[in-house]
Amino acid sequence: MSTPQTFQRMTQRALKHHSFVAGAAIVLLLVISATVSLFWSPYPVGDIDIPNKLAAASAQHWFGTDSLGRDIASLLLVGSQNSLLVGFIAVGIGLGLGVPLGLLASAQRGWVEEVVMRAADFTFAFPALLSAILLTAIYGPGLVVSITAIGIFNIPVFARITRGAANAVWSRDFTLAARAAGKTKWAITWEHVLPNVASVLIVQATVQFAIAILAEAALSYLGLGTQPPNPSWGRMLNEAQSQMFQAPMLAVYPGVAIALAVLGLNLMGDGLRDLLDPRLSRTR
Amino acid sequence: MDCVTCSIPVCRERDKRIGLNMTPSNTKPLLSVRNLRVGLQTSHGQLEALRGVDFEMQRGDTLGLIGESGCGKSLTALAIMGLLPERATVSGSISLNGTELTQLSDEALCNMRGARMAMIFQEPMTALNPLHPIWKQIAEPLQLHQGMDLVSAKARALELLERVQLPRARERLDNYPHQLSGGQRQRVMISIALACQPDILIADEPTTALDVTVQKEVLALIRQLVAEDGMGLLLISHDLGLMRDQVERVMVMYGGAVVESAPTQDLFGRRAHPYTQGLFAARPQLGLKRGTRLQTIAGKVPEIFNWPRGCAFADRCAYVQDNCRLALPQLELVSDTAHAIDDKDADKPRRVDKHWVRCPEWQQLKAPA
Amino acid sequence: MSSFVLQRFFSFFATLVVTSVVVFGVLEWLPGNAAQVILGETATPESLAAMEEKLGLNQPAFSRYVEWVGGLLQGQSGMSISYDTPTAVLMMERMHVTLPLAIMAMSITILMALCLGVYAASKQNSKGDIGVMTLSQLGLALPNFWLAILLILLFAVQLQWVSAGGFPGWSEEDGGGLWAGTAALILPAIALAAVQTAILTRVTRSAVIESMSEDYVRTARAKGLSKQQVLWQHVLRNAMIPVVTVMGLQFGNLITSAIVIENVFVLPGIGRLIFQAIANRDLIVVRDVVMLLSAMVILINFFIDLLYAWIDPRLKTGTKAV
Repeated sequence: MSTPQTFQRMTQRALKHHSFVAGAAIVLLLVISATVSLFWSPYPVGDIDIPNKLAAASAQHWFGTDSLGRDIASLLLVGSQNSLLVGFIAVGIGLGLGVPLGLLASAQRGWVEEVVMRAADFTFAFPALLSAILLTAIYGPGLVVSITAIGIFNIPVFARITRGAANAVWSRDFTLAARAAGKTKWAITWEHVLPNVASVLIVQATVQFAIAILAEAALSYLGLGTQPPNPSWGRMLNEAQSQMFQAPMLAVYPGVAIALAVLGLNLMGDGLRDLLDPRLSRTR
Repeated sequence: MDCVTCSIPVCRERDKRIGLNMTPSNTKPLLSVRNLRVGLQTSHGQLEALRGVDFEMQRGDTLGLIGESGCGKSLTALAIMGLLPERATVSGSISLNGTELTQLSDEALCNMRGARMAMIFQEPMTALNPLHPIWKQIAEPLQLHQGMDLVSAKARALELLERVQLPRARERLDNYPHQLSGGQRQRVMISIALACQPDILIADEPTTALDVTVQKEVLALIRQLVAEDGMGLLLISHDLGLMRDQVERVMVMYGGAVVESAPTQDLFGRRAHPYTQGLFAARPQLGLKRGTRLQTIAGKVPEIFNWPRGCAFADRCAYVQDNCRLALPQLELVSDTAHAIDDKDADKPRRVDKHWVRCPEWQQLKAPA
Repeated sequence: MSSFVLQRFFSFFATLVVTSVVVFGVLEWLPGNAAQVILGETATPESLAAMEEKLGLNQPAFSRYVEWVGGLLQGQSGMSISYDTPTAVLMMERMHVTLPLAIMAMSITILMALCLGVYAASKQNSKGDIGVMTLSQLGLALPNFWLAILLILLFAVQLQWVSAGGFPGWSEEDGGGLWAGTAALILPAIALAAVQTAILTRVTRSAVIESMSEDYVRTARAKGLSKQQVLWQHVLRNAMIPVVTVMGLQFGNLITSAIVIENVFVLPGIGRLIFQAIANRDLIVVRDVVMLLSAMVILINFFIDLLYAWIDPRLKTGTKAV
């Protein structure tokens, strides 16, 4: 079947899949918010307006203001940039370094595979958030350090997944045939293995994206992530906690934003899993 | 409605209609399947996967069911056992020793399965629970249906393993499935199936997944045990050679229906259905001249959602007529051999072995070269 | 059996050793030396020298490592810079809070997830199953510290059933008691358990569904077992293998999540200890706590491996022996 035809068929199936549509819609909303916020937000996020602090939701401030009088709606909107950035870079690091490692391990087998997998296993033994906290502690808090820390922990995840999926492809007879015909391992990896593992990786990427957003939120909550004045949903929750008795809703909005973003990504990931390879999602 | 009765004619009305003289008999069949239809709910809609299967078996009969993948032979077996998926709809009659299986409750069916009817499957490697020792898996039906306690069940399991000629049976009792080879696991499966001495054994491609060297042994074992216990055997396979050696009667299935049914010898002597003829002709023979093309059946098996209303073989048939596509053809009698009663078998009813075919054009078929 | 156990034990031991080296090594690779990190940029050269002396930084790294490990094995540990007590004492104190918390959270998780997962799998595609899946989808999306805050909002601020944080202590002399202590840990345990339950429920459900489609289930049905009997006697034990794997991984997650949750509820546990130590740049405490937590995770994984051998005889006897 030609590629445009398969693409069309897939899009049709995709649009019928409830999970995927719901998830993709939410993710789209997230992307739009982030894009829009690059150019405009109801109020500049740096605008401190003490007289109007902790205001309730109104026509001027759709979600009210925080303890420094900043507009919550603007903070939420601009904060989406932060979340998207973290997700992209962290997943990017994982894909960029983890996938080649996994492909290498799978193609070479033997001691190369052992070393890579042991290293990956070993990193799993270290609780990821703990090490991220450690790194931010040593190198100082901030967006860059936290993204790097989260990204580093994506590498073994993607390495493992890639290697597992690649092994399945290598064990199929057509790779043997390709080798018998004289193709090098690298050519086979690039032309055959990679396209076949792509669907697994895409699904995992959405999962890791969601995890990255959650991890950054946790780090920011602890004060180790994005630093002021850059808005971060996680840090907003921390600030809101001290105002819990006066303005309880402040603790709700940023959490909803995080949960919504993660939910959207998870739904999209589930949907992609069903669409790209139904065998992955359910029983045999 | 037609019947693919093998030996003892049961439906006298129908036989009268066809105009055949049958010897009346009082013996009830062991297993009687009448107009079995199975519908499956798929993403393409409701499909009829079995389109009216009829046959009968007596004690000691060995019946073979042959056909390609997708023709419905496994479905037939699963329908008899009541193991069809929940979305499947079954109509028709399946009667085992007088009990109508299609009317039974789940609980009652569970009581029949393993006790009165047993089945062994194609993949011995995955058919056993990897976490339970062998003896426990054999003891399970004994505990369930005969209320045995663990000790007696284990002892009986040992007897059964010896009966299926598993070497070093005593040691193997405590083994786990992964410690046995495929052939050995299939022997264990046979012992599980025979544990409660069922009336019929259904074997769905029992040796397909085994080494060729082991296949003959396992099949011989099955035949022997079936004969010893006087069970009925329904052997499902896609292998003609197997049929020749192992069963007394063969039914050929295609597209959800039985297209030809005959005693093995008769079938190997003469084929009446174009599909069967094609099957036989497609067998590679030793000693052919170099360059001889292998025979094939033109076209391919239609997908289940593309089955035509009439004969499923219509599009590939050299003898097809317009009527063939409109409705499933009726069964026609090809030959009818009455065997003289053996003095030794004076109390056995007279056997009349019929050769049926579901094709109006069978007389046109040219004899094979 | 024994070769498998031995193998696993060596693996466990090796991982512990490598972990200790890495933990030690990370703190060696600091920008500047340890003394500078601890004292910060405003330190005078004299205080720096004093600190270096105290930390024994003039000795080569290897001998410091050996000293540290030797000390750990004998039950002694370094002295905390900020608290001026042995880290071991600090950690034991804090474990009185964190360990019960972790156990409570894990118990809730296992109980809820197994029940919900098996239920959803046995009633696949029914309303109940869809309900469970939706709930778990929501549970996965919730940041656990947000759930914690919401719980505080509801139960402490609105309903005022419990306090908004803090831990009264286990003994009654300190103003606490068994009941008071447990009450203070319930909300944190729920917050910790929520996400893990969602994950484990999904894993359980898919493991059971996968198990139910295996060939031996068909064999069991052919023997005459009812659906219930098949579930309990055949499916569940096989399904437990992947479930137990995930449970092991979750323990690590739980420990790290506890860091955040203890901060939300201001509980004097290990999580809060390490957080404060980081804020105080108390590298000794950080090093020892990280080592302890990693060792706990590695130990749990070792026990999980042993559990496998008990569940799955293929590991005990090795594969294929024909």
